[in-house]
Amino acid sequence: MAILKILVVDDEPGIRSGVARIMRKFKVDYPFMDEHVDFTILEAESGEAGIDIIESEMPDIILLDNKLPGIQGIEVLEYVKKRNYDITVVMITSYASLDLAVKATKDGAHDFIPKPFTPQELRSSIENITKRIFLKRMTRQMGDQGKQIRFQFLSVLSHELKAPINAIEGYLEMIKQRQMGQSIEDYDTVVDRSLERVKGMRSLILDMLDLTKIETENKTRTMELCNMESIARNAIDTMNPLAIQMDITIDLQAENNISILADCSEMEIIFNNLISNAVKYNTQQGNVQCLLKMEEDNAVIIVKDTGIGMEKEDAEKIFDDFVRIKNAATKKISGSGLGLSIVKKIIDQYNGHISVDSEPGVGSEFTVKIPSVNKI
Amino acid sequence: MKKKIILIVDDDMDYLFQLKVKVEGFGFETITAESQKEAESIIETTKPDLAIFDLMMENEDSGFILSYKIKRKYPDVPVIIATAVSAETGMTFDINSEDDQQWIRADQFLDKGIRSDQLKNEIDRLLKKE
Repeated sequence: MAILKILVVDDEPGIRSGVARIMRKFKVDYPFMDEHVDFTILEAESGEAGIDIIESEMPDIILLDNKLPGIQGIEVLEYVKKRNYDITVVMITSYASLDLAVKATKDGAHDFIPKPFTPQELRSSIENITKRIFLKRMTRQMGDQGKQIRFQFLSVLSHELKAPINAIEGYLEMIKQRQMGQSIEDYDTVVDRSLERVKGMRSLILDMLDLTKIETENKTRTMELCNMESIARNAIDTMNPLAIQMDITIDLQAENNISILADCSEMEIIFNNLISNAVKYNTQQGNVQCLLKMEEDNAVIIVKDTGIGMEKEDAEKIFDDFVRIKNAATKKISGSGLGLSIVKKIIDQYNGHISVDSEPGVGSEFTVKIPSVNKI
Repeated sequence: MKKKIILIVDDDMDYLFQLKVKVEGFGFETITAESQKEAESIIETTKPDLAIFDLMMENEDSGFILSYKIKRKYPDVPVIIATAVSAETGMTFDINSEDDQQWIRADQFLDKGIRSDQLKNEIDRLLKKE
């Protein structure tokens, strides 16, 4: 937006050339803008000619005289407003016609410049308008980006929610039509896979709840002293049934009294996700190690597994929304693809850091650092 | 008569399995792949009589890429792209206009929720045309 177009609609040639002269070397600076703004001047001697230029050039600002030979200025203003054009209209008028001023304001004129005006009056009016246009466009751009991200998230989400429903529906159809045979044993895989997809869907819904929690807790976070060791212990206990099934041992090593001031439910989400991943993506008779320590002013959590690991290019993506690494090793493991992105979102809130070090077939090591400026 | 071979590619193992059972139920033989990559290596060595591709796999346009590749190697193999995309994103594809036919090398787009008998009709129709 380095150049704004100003259209002057006035039947007096003197006014038009006057505006052009005053604006010729005028620039507007604003602390938030990278560059200053210049102006180009377009001229129309009547309302009709003005509308033609509006359609062909789409100016940013119109300086509009009301008393014109053909249609009146106020009709040009109505034309612009009816079409919702993003144009700031300034009426050039004399103080005398208060009625007109009221009507024009109602119709959306932004400002009035009395006629005759001084160069200084014109410049200061244009300067204010320029800043306002700049801020308005900035805000709109940011709003659009926010909406964009939200839309993408929702469309992926709907895909992720629909996929398991389609799969389960497909299996139910197969059962109904006896496609696999007449005895119930013929359907063991079909039922197992359906249950697996139900599980995946449930974990997606639970993760969604975590996400909503993070979003609302930005406003209502309850900070308290969280004992990291006991939170880790709880997360390990929760995962123990699955760990036992897979013959996996989970070890916890913690320095004394690592407590940080945080929302403890968010710390639980971090531990639950990291430890459940370390078990889920592990191998039979594998091992999980959870280490807690202080390092300078950071609480450090390390969760290390002896699992399937991943390639470097996969490791770079796993903190994004809905990313699941698809390969033969992960094929039968269900997950929402949201867990680590939630963990990262939380850690970001605390100005912390998460990283992963991984090798396929050897295992992964996640390291979380959370500043404990608040450590007591 | 030798059974016709249908290549099915989809990264959702459950959908893949269900489609395989269905298509085998119609009396065809099937080869399956769970990724664009796997499908590409199958195409290298094997010529199916018809192929059914999921649209979004490793890439958002995996189905298009596979169609392009298979048509280049075997121009006479009919291709169906099965997608759930339109219902989710509002994007629609149509291969009836000439413009689209030039760059989308598929013979038919089908919604993933298609009924069995419709699917069978489409496969039979495409195989007959060939």
